[in-house]
Amino acid sequence: MANKHVLETKNVAKRFPGVLANDQISMYLNEGEILAILGENGAGKTTLLNIIYGLYDQDEGEIFINGEKTTINNSHDAINQGIGMVHQHFMLVPVFSVTENIILGSEVSEAGILDLNKARRKILELTDAYGLEVNPDAIVEDLPVGVQQRVEILKALFRKARILILDEPTAVLTPQEIEELFWVMRELKSKGVSIIFITHKLKEVMEIADRIMVMRRGKVVGETRPSETNKNELANMMVGREVLLRVEKELAQPEEPVFEINDLVIHKSEGRNSVDHVSLTVRAGEILGIAGVQGNGQTELVEAITGLRPVDGGTILLDGKKMPTENPRALTENGMAHIPEDRQKHGLVLSYPLTDNLILCSYYKSPFVKGLTRNNDAIEAYSEKLIEDFDIRTPSPFIPASNLSGGNQQKLIVARELSRDVKILIANQPTRGLDVGSIEYIHRTLIEMRDRGVGILLVSAELDEIMSLSDRIAVIYEGEIVATLDAKDATREELGLLMAGSKKERSIEAEV
Amino acid sequence: MNFITHLRTKKLLVPLSLGLIGLIVVIVSFINNPQSTQAVLGSTIRQSTPIILGALCGIMCERAGVVNIGIEGQMLLSAFIGFMANVWTGNLFISVLAGMATGALLGLLLAFMSVTLKLDQIIGGTVINILALGLTGYFYTAGLTTAGKIQPLTLGFLAKIPLVGPILFRNPPITYTAIILVFVLQFVLFKTTWGLRTRAVGEHPRAADTLGINVFTTRYINVILGGAIAGLAGAFLTLEAVGSFERAMTNGRGFVALAVMIFGKWTPLGAWGAALLFGFANAMQTQFQFMGTFNIPHQFIGMLPYLLTIIVLAGFGGRARPPAADGSPYEKE
Repeated sequence: MANKHVLETKNVAKRFPGVLANDQISMYLNEGEILAILGENGAGKTTLLNIIYGLYDQDEGEIFINGEKTTINNSHDAINQGIGMVHQHFMLVPVFSVTENIILGSEVSEAGILDLNKARRKILELTDAYGLEVNPDAIVEDLPVGVQQRVEILKALFRKARILILDEPTAVLTPQEIEELFWVMRELKSKGVSIIFITHKLKEVMEIADRIMVMRRGKVVGETRPSETNKNELANMMVGREVLLRVEKELAQPEEPVFEINDLVIHKSEGRNSVDHVSLTVRAGEILGIAGVQGNGQTELVEAITGLRPVDGGTILLDGKKMPTENPRALTENGMAHIPEDRQKHGLVLSYPLTDNLILCSYYKSPFVKGLTRNNDAIEAYSEKLIEDFDIRTPSPFIPASNLSGGNQQKLIVARELSRDVKILIANQPTRGLDVGSIEYIHRTLIEMRDRGVGILLVSAELDEIMSLSDRIAVIYEGEIVATLDAKDATREELGLLMAGSKKERSIEAEV
Repeated sequence: MNFITHLRTKKLLVPLSLGLIGLIVVIVSFINNPQSTQAVLGSTIRQSTPIILGALCGIMCERAGVVNIGIEGQMLLSAFIGFMANVWTGNLFISVLAGMATGALLGLLLAFMSVTLKLDQIIGGTVINILALGLTGYFYTAGLTTAGKIQPLTLGFLAKIPLVGPILFRNPPITYTAIILVFVLQFVLFKTTWGLRTRAVGEHPRAADTLGINVFTTRYINVILGGAIAGLAGAFLTLEAVGSFERAMTNGRGFVALAVMIFGKWTPLGAWGAALLFGFANAMQTQFQFMGTFNIPHQFIGMLPYLLTIIVLAGFGGRARPPAADGSPYEKE
């Protein structure tokens, strides 16, 4: 392959008030190449791509397409230059059909009147050519996330994109969907499409990239190839210090059970998964991981045991006491902490300041109340202590939680939940969407809690996370716990098969 | 049997059977009492005209993502300006244009407040309502006379068909225009490039923006054109229906139009059906009062159309889904 630079930037710089988001970035992209841009949140990856895609103007520097200097002032220019972008949050109209979404803005029409039949034919030609299966008449909101992403890619191809920018494409996908995406990416590459792929997941970079560019604090700090590096080196480059990818932990010293779920049942209802007679026991000082592909009842299970969802049967015992259902406060007061799946929706009140978010479970208790009013001095002092203890990076405890980065929002939740007298912690996807540094922090905190004798129920769709943290692993499939294994005996392959539901019978055989 | 299950799957059974029952009732009542049947149905069309025009304005605005609760005010001020233009010029055509221009100008004001200033759109619409009420109340003087009002156009042999002819083909021009506009807008919204873009802007403006569609321009144009249609509704009231102006003569029609828009699920055809229903209730109400059918105070009978609006909205409104970005100003990154 001739090393033709389809895209090149020279000394691109972009300033935002108070931050140098991009500092003299020079990079290039070869034809038919997959370039991964790796970096933590806030490293400037997305800023760079938004400049290339015309959403931002650079303050300095030049952009070349196919060797020619060019200016890209808006997304329209970018599209005309053959650049397509798949945004992290999809830019699809949910109520439109696939066809309508794909043609929007570049409509197939005659005198202003849409020709949907012709458009459909053109789309089918594209799906055939690139092997991207999708029904052009489906309504986008009915499609799974992975297929929606395919529609986004088709949107770019429909506009004859030769350079495809994928902004954190795997963040929202299940492991299977990630595999499918990688297959599509390879397919596109073989057709001569050049791809820029942004991520902070090392494993993916090693798997799919031809070349890796690492960014940190607005600068390019290194460039390498998967064959010339390893995950540890990449992580260190990305974070700028030694990072422990492997979680260091002693063997667990589990004690008596602190949390028991007995025969919990939730019937299937519209848009919801069922929980099928689940019984689990978490002992003090151990981490019980629940592995499973997303959408197999984990969300419902966690909501039920944290009192947020009515159950159709079963009981919960916390520290030997039977807990009422649908009563989160009773659970909280008896020593349950919850790190919810969606930190922005269920973990925080985004518009509240940090101070108020930190006392959400205890605002009604001394010392935070004085008679009928709040004790603001006590709240402030408490908040400042937690911000310090949990290393939450914020200019002030009084700014709204929405202003914090994802990692710091998660630390805020952890600070609130773990600063109480906790016996059992329910952590649902505690590191989703976080960068390497924050993940390391959360993992360390979980192990610390475990060693202090807290029981932890960890739910995660990341198999690596489950395997590196858990002492025991339960696999959930279609609402049922299909197996519970000791973590030191569990292999990736075995768990993978259990998660896919295909080994249900065999595991029963093995027990016999 | 097969036919019926087929209908049920197509969700047409209920409207079709209702339509059939309605048709039978109409024919039976026409045979028994041709005059009042014709009067009620003719009145249905007339009463529904300002409502459907108002609803079309609402559909254009909301499909583009701008909530317009100022339709009432747009109609009222347009009715007034249209009437005054008629007083001064004596030219009905110019007067209608003046009414439409007034509506468009108020649309521009709403667009400026909600798109450029990113004001709360409910407040923007309320400003327009209060402004119209205040201006018309202040400047209106009683006793003005005009050259007359717009006369019906008889459409040749079509008007000679019994029952249907006098109801549908012996109407004044704005009434015809309203019906034509229903079909034109239905086509434009769902079959043209402009419609696709407008709906995209109302559902997911950022997506439209990333594809090079100008969200601001699209919203401005839709809100202004919608305003012109609301202006036409105002012109209908003073220039075609009544012939003179009264204080607050819109009498809540702008709000009924919004209800009709919701009931019609933000589609012109659906809204037209709902507007006809409302018009029919209104016509019945007048007929009851005229004939003294019920021996109850007329105020109660006068409530009938509004009661119907409430029932219809409570019963069906919840199931309709507005455009996703309806009411939220668009901020570019």
